[in-house]
Amino acid sequence: MQEVSTQLYCGHCGERLGERTTPGAHPPSSADPPSPGHERCEQRLAMEPPRYCASCRRRMKVQVTPMGWAAECSRHGTLAAGAAS
Amino acid sequence: MTSGYAILETARKQVLHEGRGLREAQILEVLNLPDEAIPAALQLAHEVRIQHCGEDVEVEGIISIKTGGCPEDCHFCSQSGLFDSPVRGVWLDIPELVKAAKETAATGATEFCIVAAVRGPDIKLMNQIKFAIDRINAEVDINIACSLGMLTQRQVDQLAEWGVHRYNHNLETARSYFPEVVTTHTYEERLETCRMVKDAGMELCCGALIGMGETVEQRAELAAQLAALEPHEVPLNFLNPRPGTPLEDQPIMDGKDALRAIAAFRLAMPRTVLRYAGGRELTLGDLGTREGLLGGINAVIVGNYLTTLGRPADADLDLLVELNMPIRELQKSL
Repeated sequence: MQEVSTQLYCGHCGERLGERTTPGAHPPSSADPPSPGHERCEQRLAMEPPRYCASCRRRMKVQVTPMGWAAECSRHGTLAAGAAS
Repeated sequence: MTSGYAILETARKQVLHEGRGLREAQILEVLNLPDEAIPAALQLAHEVRIQHCGEDVEVEGIISIKTGGCPEDCHFCSQSGLFDSPVRGVWLDIPELVKAAKETAATGATEFCIVAAVRGPDIKLMNQIKFAIDRINAEVDINIACSLGMLTQRQVDQLAEWGVHRYNHNLETARSYFPEVVTTHTYEERLETCRMVKDAGMELCCGALIGMGETVEQRAELAAQLAALEPHEVPLNFLNPRPGTPLEDQPIMDGKDALRAIAAFRLAMPRTVLRYAGGRELTLGDLGTREGLLGGINAVIVGNYLTTLGRPADADLDLLVELNMPIRELQKSL
């Protein structure tokens, strides 16, 4: 799994976020404050995996399993949670 | 003690005592009950479930072996290749599938359903399924179900021969509303697969997706059409509007209407496994989940769904313990 350091795009809708840099963080994170205009996206990301890479906006390959999920960006690596990580 | 509502008194005699499900007009009466009657409807549905199904709850995990890129246009589905959905096509490899089956079995689940987003399976997919079934059977003690779209008779026979004990193929909505939701295949084609599955001796899992803009009358129609099929299991889904689909702006279904539907579907099908499926987190939340389990539901999908996340498995399993509802034990039927 690769580190992704800059969160430029919303993982839910893929639109550009206000620039914010969170060194070492795996975006999107529920611990981050919602970006203006994306509060609803943040809520949805609690119930579904991200579909867009937060660094480059590529659509990610997402595999959901009963106990986890993994989302792979061809450029920036894989985000995962639960048993799929 | 009487409920004070004629349809519930009728249902108590007809469904609870005589074991005969409600007819369409009666189902509609339940769906139209006022808010203050919902607790009584759920209580009766719970009694019916205990009387005709028992106290145990069936737990299942589901997984997508082939995600996205489907040629069909089911308007609720983010996996259609015809919509501008963010879901990308992806195949799951067999080792990951076996791993997921093991994790599912570890929760106490007795069912593991392998799902593919296809119109119907081709030879490549059938070969994958055969391989997956063999690997899972070799390593995991769990019943295997499949959901692979519309089948030919030969494919039905193959799946039955390979030991698939249950096949999922949903009606989704009422016949009268189906053309508003799907245009690439017909209701009759869905029914045909359902009939072949039953005739081959597999258990039929045939579900509903409500909250897609259908009328209450169409909801009653759907329950009656499902009851006529006599499926072993009915998964009850509530629309989770998906980005990029034609139904993305559909409002989330009202929780009280969802509870009415749970009671009505149970009273229509007293002996069917009635399973909580997708969308319940959004429509009902934690409190509604509990009310449904005390209102006719006797099965859950544990953990995540195909493209969205469910409640944490522990939350549902803890709730079952709290409600004194034992998990159904494994019985290899084939």
